Amino acid sequence: MATKVVMEALSPTMEEGRLIAWLKKQGDTVKSGDTLAEVETDKAVMELVARGDGVVREVLVQEGETADVGTLVAVIAQPDEDIAALLEGASKTAPKPAVKSETAPAAVTPPTAAPSAPAAAPRGDHRVKVSPLARRLASEKGVDLATVAGSGPGGRIIKKDLDAVPAILAVAAVAVPAAAGGYEDVPLSQMRKTIAKRLAQSLGPVPHFFLTVEIDMERTWDARSALNELADDVRISFNDIIVKVTATALTKHRECNAWWMGDHIRYFDEVHISMAVAIEGGLITPVVRNAHLKSLREIATESRDLVERARNRKLAPEEYTGGTFSLSNLGMFDIEHFTAVINPPEAGILAVGRIVQEPVVQDGTVVPRRKMKVTMSCDHRVIDGATGARFLQTFRQMLENPLTMVL
Amino acid sequence: MAQETQAVELDPSRTDLYRNLFRQMLLVRRFEEKAAEAYALGHIGGFCHLYIGQEAVAVGSLAVLREGDTIMASYREHAHALTRGMSARVVMAELYGKTTGTSKGKGGSMHLFDSSLGFLGGHAIVGAQIPLATGAAFAFKYKGSDQVSVCYFGEAAVNNGAFHEALNMAAIWKLPVIYICENNRYGMGTALERASAIYDIAQRACSYEMLSEVVDGMDVIAVMEATERAVARARGGSGPTLIEARTYRFMGHSMSDPIHGHYRSQEEVEEHKKRDPIPTFSERLKRQELLTQEEFDAMDAEIMAEVEDAMQFAEASSAPDSEELFTDVYAD
Amino acid sequence: MPTITYRDALNQALREEMQRDPDVFLMGEEVGVYQGAYKISRDLLDEFTERRVVDTPITELGFAGVGIGAAMAGLRPIVEFMTFNFALLALDQIVNSAAKMLYMSGGQIPVPIVFRGPGGPALQLGAQHSQALEAWFAHIPGLKVVAPATPADAKGLLKSSIRDNNPVVFIEGEMLYNMKGEVPEGEHLVPLGEADVKRVGADATIICHSKTVAPSLKAAEQLQSEHNIDCEVLDLRTIRPLDTEAIVASVSKTNRCVIVEEGWLFCGVGAQVVDEIQRGAFDYLDAPVLRVTGADVPMPYSKQLERLAKPTPDKIVNAVRQVAYVD
Repeated sequence: MATKVVMEALSPTMEEGRLIAWLKKQGDTVKSGDTLAEVETDKAVMELVARGDGVVREVLVQEGETADVGTLVAVIAQPDEDIAALLEGASKTAPKPAVKSETAPAAVTPPTAAPSAPAAAPRGDHRVKVSPLARRLASEKGVDLATVAGSGPGGRIIKKDLDAVPAILAVAAVAVPAAAGGYEDVPLSQMRKTIAKRLAQSLGPVPHFFLTVEIDMERTWDARSALNELADDVRISFNDIIVKVTATALTKHRECNAWWMGDHIRYFDEVHISMAVAIEGGLITPVVRNAHLKSLREIATESRDLVERARNRKLAPEEYTGGTFSLSNLGMFDIEHFTAVINPPEAGILAVGRIVQEPVVQDGTVVPRRKMKVTMSCDHRVIDGATGARFLQTFRQMLENPLTMVL
Repeated sequence: MAQETQAVELDPSRTDLYRNLFRQMLLVRRFEEKAAEAYALGHIGGFCHLYIGQEAVAVGSLAVLREGDTIMASYREHAHALTRGMSARVVMAELYGKTTGTSKGKGGSMHLFDSSLGFLGGHAIVGAQIPLATGAAFAFKYKGSDQVSVCYFGEAAVNNGAFHEALNMAAIWKLPVIYICENNRYGMGTALERASAIYDIAQRACSYEMLSEVVDGMDVIAVMEATERAVARARGGSGPTLIEARTYRFMGHSMSDPIHGHYRSQEEVEEHKKRDPIPTFSERLKRQELLTQEEFDAMDAEIMAEVEDAMQFAEASSAPDSEELFTDVYAD
Repeated sequence: MPTITYRDALNQALREEMQRDPDVFLMGEEVGVYQGAYKISRDLLDEFTERRVVDTPITELGFAGVGIGAAMAGLRPIVEFMTFNFALLALDQIVNSAAKMLYMSGGQIPVPIVFRGPGGPALQLGAQHSQALEAWFAHIPGLKVVAPATPADAKGLLKSSIRDNNPVVFIEGEMLYNMKGEVPEGEHLVPLGEADVKRVGADATIICHSKTVAPSLKAAEQLQSEHNIDCEVLDLRTIRPLDTEAIVASVSKTNRCVIVEEGWLFCGVGAQVVDEIQRGAFDYLDAPVLRVTGADVPMPYSKQLERLAKPTPDKIVNAVRQVAYVD
């Protein structure tokens, strides 16, 4: 994954920095934490540090040149990675002070999936007239003001004009759903804020990353068959089991059962699983509340009911909001492996593929084993790699040893 | 021109009072000489109006007041503050703008206050204290107390509306107020006769059917006795009095103004200095053997030490904390 | 709750406070025998005698100073100006004595006094008798400035002003004296420094005080019915200290603001309010703040010209339409 190196604010009052020396040159291999360059701030000479691994692919600001805070100064990426999109709009010469003008953010941060503009061509270098409120709303929605038509006097962009533009992912602006039971609001540490900000800048409002795990489903397969032989009224689906396992695993990994709240993170004590359900013309996410407390039978019954009513569009709003974590299962569509988009303000979603028989070497012989691939999308502002991995580890262990469900 | 009154024989049984009056005049004089020195050295800023030459007026009149009476004066009020009982230290510290000053350094030379002494301020808009002192007298009458309010102002103040408006009301309502006009002949650089249609300030009281008296402002005893009569009337419910004390300012209007020049001659100033209230009174005391030269020297040395101590105290005191900037704007 | 006039609400406040505290007294021109030029002090002389209801000569500087001096000596005077136009004669005492005494004395001498009387333009009184001067007083640190718009606020604010330990300039609406409204009997205090939302709304905030509250409410109704614009009407009630919190909260909610006052535009009360808004609610503004003020001229006598010089509901409606971008 490519990492943008931007001129960082290395002092509280720094607005621009002069690049004294590049300690890594184009083509050098760097690791996260390596010192890339020396930068003279308004107070001292400070180090600019790599925020990712890879090769220094591009150096955009030369020694002795000055760059405003936030300006892209280099790109770190894999040797064969396509970084054209990152370089789009960035300039190899020292950027003009226009960085601070209204249109500049668009020039510095290449828009990820810019929203479709309502009948307005980008205005180029012209100053964008915008009310302070509209400016704030645009920033929250991740909307590039240069693409918005202003309906106010002299073409001023006003709140109304922003209302018409869909958010890329309106995280900060998202209406916080009704609280889902007990929770704890944890203030953001400075580091957490910084991570959140940087990742959001580089990847769009929700900085995703993905963890994939392959799970041996043999025992779960057998367990399910046994359960369904005993129970005559309700059939337990794999999805029901995955809901149960996800919920149970989340109780052991509260750090993944959380909402990103913009200025803090909310960790939940209870688990409410949002299930992505395809319906005609779209998608809806009915919520199995307190899934960690429910039996498989209860989950099965409730899921059946929710899905049926979802398809008939009979769900009440409180039945499809307030989830703390999402599941998307495309196994029934024969999808083996996919990634899912996080449903803000939730911080994670599991993308569940179909169960396939694969040849596995066991005790020196090749035997068929049932396998399932699950990919977890994580909001990096809330969940770090290892955090997500530990959750998936628990998740896998439970499916590979279904008896743990009754522990 | 100030009129010289025939100094009456002093009563030896009141020697302590006389010595006290003398000591206060000398303290005021030495204090202001020290203040002038500090001003010249840049320790005191802004305006600094000295009372040198006029000491008999404040000292004589304040001698007859009681605890509970109130005093309001103009911006030339170091003498009144010291005589009423503020220490040389706190007055000097206020001149220095220090936190130990009477107003914590927020008032300065022109705005000395001590509510515990009934000293309700030096006021720096000419004549503004006249209605204020009238209001204090209104409060005393309202409460039925026998307190009196004493108000000092220069002769130039009588030409403004505040003087007229206040004296009229004081007379209508028979308020216990004593107006003491410190007629030092000049409103800054304008001589009395160039500013007032009437030369005798005391005559202005006629407009209000108010009793008035002209007194030699260079004679501390004469001022004291005139004030005594006015205070007795006020306490007795007979209403206000206007006292015109004819005196003379030996210094310029303020520290930054010339002592003489276009508006008055050096000869005139020297002529008036012959009637300096302090040597005049010390001669009287010595003549009647109520004060010896040795006693005078000892007293002067003591006062000099007191004033020197005040200056050192002011210098050693700290400036107000920056937090003080925003306190005392509003009362709780 | 009884419905009484603004005038009687003020009279009630004076009477109750004089009954409560023997140090409170009223002085001014025609307050006693004449029963008050505007009858605010009606019947008070009978109840409190001429010791506490003091008729003065026509001498604003003098009696303002006498009041301040009495406050310095421990009383709690209420000084009535027959109108605030005449208070200009007393400006030296109000500004140089009352406002500054506490500070100059290093906190020793508080001046608990109320200067009250009618202000704001009336009808065809000409240039010298028709002006709103609250901005003059609000400029001065050490003064509090109050301007009630309703009978209930008039009573509650006057009682609070009389109990305040600072000089309070209490400007009544000359044209409001006959306004009727419900007023709580007895102890009814409205704290100084708190604005009041007179109408809740979502689309724009109209900030006003004193006599401009009624036309603002009228404009709000018209904007709702004719243009579907839902206005919040915020009555400042106290000009100093200004309720910045309420101003910022309302404008942050509605994103648009019009400020109405009878005084002149230049350095007016609204100028200060705009300043608070641009700092406190910058990121919430969807339009520049507009002001509706008295015309920048001395008040003319002619009825036709006078109407043009004053803020009216129509002018307020037009300003709100502009900030709401409906024009």
